[in-house]
Amino acid sequence: MITLTVNGKTVRAREGSPLLEAVRAAGALIPTLCQHEALEPWGGCRLCLVDVTRPEWNGWAKMVVSCLYPAEEGLIVQTHTERVVETRKVVLDLLLARCPETPLIQRLAREHGIEKTSYLPNPEPTDCILCGLCTRVCDHIGVFAISSVNRGAGREIAPPFHEAPPDCIGCLACAEVCPTSCIPYETSDARRTIWNKAFEMVRCPRCGKAHITKAQADFYAGRNGVPQSYFETCDACKRQEMAHTFSKLSAGAGGTEMETGKQGNRETGRP
Amino acid sequence: MRIDSRERFDAAVSEALAGREGHKTEILVCCGTGCLANGSQKVAEAFAQEVEKRGLEAGVGLFTKKTGCHGFCEKGPLVVLQPSGVLYTKVEPRHVPDILDKTVAKGELIPRLLYKDPTTKKPVERYAEVPFYKNQTRIAMRNIGKIDPADLGDALAHGAYAGLAKALFGMTPEQVIAEVESSGLRGRGGAGFVTARKWKAARKAQGERKFLLCNGDEGDPGAFKDRSIMEGDPHSVLEGMVIGAYAVSAHEGYIYVRDEYPLAVVHLTLAMEQARQAGLLGRDILGTGFDFDICVSRGGGAFVCGESSALMRSLEGKTGEPRQKYVHATERGLFDCPTVLNNVETWADVGAIIQNGGAWFAAMGTERSKGTKAFSLVGKVKNTGLIELPMGTTLRHIIYDIGGGILGDRPFKAVQTGGPSGGCLPESHLDDPVDYEKLTEAGSMMGSGGMIVMDDRTCMVDVARYFLRFLVEESCGKCVPCREGLKQMLAIYDDLVAGRGRPGDIERIERLSAGMQLGSLCELGKSAPNPVLSTLRYFREEYLAHIEQKACPAGICRDLTAYEIVESCEGCGVCLKACPAEAIAGEKKALHVIHQGKCISCGACYEVCPTDAIRFFPKAELAPAAAASRGGAS
Repeated sequence: MITLTVNGKTVRAREGSPLLEAVRAAGALIPTLCQHEALEPWGGCRLCLVDVTRPEWNGWAKMVVSCLYPAEEGLIVQTHTERVVETRKVVLDLLLARCPETPLIQRLAREHGIEKTSYLPNPEPTDCILCGLCTRVCDHIGVFAISSVNRGAGREIAPPFHEAPPDCIGCLACAEVCPTSCIPYETSDARRTIWNKAFEMVRCPRCGKAHITKAQADFYAGRNGVPQSYFETCDACKRQEMAHTFSKLSAGAGGTEMETGKQGNRETGRP
Repeated sequence: MRIDSRERFDAAVSEALAGREGHKTEILVCCGTGCLANGSQKVAEAFAQEVEKRGLEAGVGLFTKKTGCHGFCEKGPLVVLQPSGVLYTKVEPRHVPDILDKTVAKGELIPRLLYKDPTTKKPVERYAEVPFYKNQTRIAMRNIGKIDPADLGDALAHGAYAGLAKALFGMTPEQVIAEVESSGLRGRGGAGFVTARKWKAARKAQGERKFLLCNGDEGDPGAFKDRSIMEGDPHSVLEGMVIGAYAVSAHEGYIYVRDEYPLAVVHLTLAMEQARQAGLLGRDILGTGFDFDICVSRGGGAFVCGESSALMRSLEGKTGEPRQKYVHATERGLFDCPTVLNNVETWADVGAIIQNGGAWFAAMGTERSKGTKAFSLVGKVKNTGLIELPMGTTLRHIIYDIGGGILGDRPFKAVQTGGPSGGCLPESHLDDPVDYEKLTEAGSMMGSGGMIVMDDRTCMVDVARYFLRFLVEESCGKCVPCREGLKQMLAIYDDLVAGRGRPGDIERIERLSAGMQLGSLCELGKSAPNPVLSTLRYFREEYLAHIEQKACPAGICRDLTAYEIVESCEGCGVCLKACPAEAIAGEKKALHVIHQGKCISCGACYEVCPTDAIRFFPKAELAPAAAASRGGAS
């Protein structure tokens, strides 16, 4: 562990861990839009900018994005210097122009004193802020069904050729992770539709709940070498089943087996 | 054939030189991309056919070769006769028999093919006397135009790989780095990072694999120096890279070439094959046991892939987008291995530095910018083309002595250096010596060496808008300040040139620029406001004219400019023919008139009028009736 200073407060952090963690641990409030604890930091929204310096830099400081900058011993971090706040405001002002009707952006902008964008509001308002969380989570799962297409002002998130993505398994991770909930989908016990692709649902044989698409079950089974039937039972029922198994086990062994188990809880029989 | 010792290398060079002794006259036909577009391939073929037909080759030692770009593309196709040094410009196949009969056989010159000095109007006989060439010092481009890039023997005869032989046979990697350090060489891609420092860091870095990269993704509008080097002397790049690989102890290299440079890919690939066969590349180079091989990788055409982290991601097979790591590429670059990335021109300098010594290189240039630098001189100058000069040469010398001054002797207005990341410098900076620090101080940058000269018929607001339009499409769109900032900046400029500018626009531009400079992820976004801020710094009054008077002082912005014909019109009818909108009427030898309702303000009439009888003025001054009819017409 190393020690650094955030806004005058001393905090400890793992060396090389994202500075943002230390900043948050110090209680400094800075917004982020493209960061997610389950994904690699990306540095696209630029809201987590901070000023960093060291005593030996003689007053010189550099602006870095804290989601990517590695925590170092003795670093002095300022999260609200004039230029950091100003740059953050420009970024939010620009995002508000892009997404003038998006509640999350409106709220963040308002928190930074921006009621109305100083730029040209998007004539075709969108909720997509191009944070890339959807494509990154899709890549992270190993599906690679959607990606960012085109560059510059024409950048957008889309499946290949804007057609129903052949690789999509309908897991909804993209929609779940989207901070502005702008990926539309429909799901029922019979069918799920996302990215203009329809999916057949698998019903849990125990409770009858449609909790997963067939494509998901196929994908997970294929990747993990586990029988597909394993994924057909929903998580809640699986836990129940396991609880039953354990309680039966402990009852059958007269409780002696469980006593030696390291994780067993004798009262409930749950692992 | 394979060179595996000092002796064999010397023998190969002697052999290459001996092979040329029979060449009494060499006919060098420029086959760079510029001359090829002007038909030089046909000229080269005509020479070959004609020589064969006359059986000259064997008899009088006549030898035709296709060389890389001579740089003076504007006058192409260029033909140089050696050893006499006669330069012929704009040569066509029909001139070939005459050149052979008169110049080659009898030593007579053909005046109409000679270059004419635009100032003295006198023909210049020799290549070396043409002001465009006379004032240059060529290091990175030392062999371009002299050698046939497809012939390794020709390159060897001109000193190629001598630096490599010196390094591998007589120097330790540390000595190589020390030599490069003493030369003061800094990155020629524009940022000017000290080359030896990069190499040292990569040498020290731990890692089983290390990579050496060459950035040939030259994408600035108006820049073509890297293309000419890769096309005209690919061996200089290979030589530099092998020396660099030896210095940092890397065994794998890539040359990343933009896909718009097909000839560069062909010549590099051919040069690599020949170098491999000769033992200058690949396994056991020069018999020293050192292995290093190179792959050519073709880029997909994105400007941003010239940025180092985006280039590496593109090489890894991922989307060519920059990533911020706060770790030097020399520690974790391509595939997270220690990586050295240098520009084409930097690599081309290395061989000469090792051969002649760092002190030789450092003797040229300014205090902190050593050696020479290649520039693509384009725009409104008389002599456009590729040039190489010692650092510290003044802009005035480049534009007026080498460039020959402004086209049509119009007044100079600005020079844009450094491409979309650079800025526009006004007349007051003409006597600035060109080096990294001075250009940055003045609000521009060295960049990749593009130099666009502009005359008084240039609107600086329009120029800034041009670069914004380029960047708004070339930004990768990953980070908000660059993607959204450029879009909004362009929207402000669209308003400015259309007469919709509002008070406060300048302040909005400045605030947005600061946000982009501080907030963007990579150098593309950070430097994108440079064209904006430099024009604002030096030509603020032009911005004010656009905003307050709705006027374009240069008469370029169409929505703000109207034209009329004045009394001095002689009725020659030239403008009438030039007008694409059929907006000009008038009898021969009588005053012509522009129909304001039809005029599209393109300025074609203004450009062609031989008597300066056309003037432009702010459209706001048009009588309201005429303005209304114009509105209806458009």
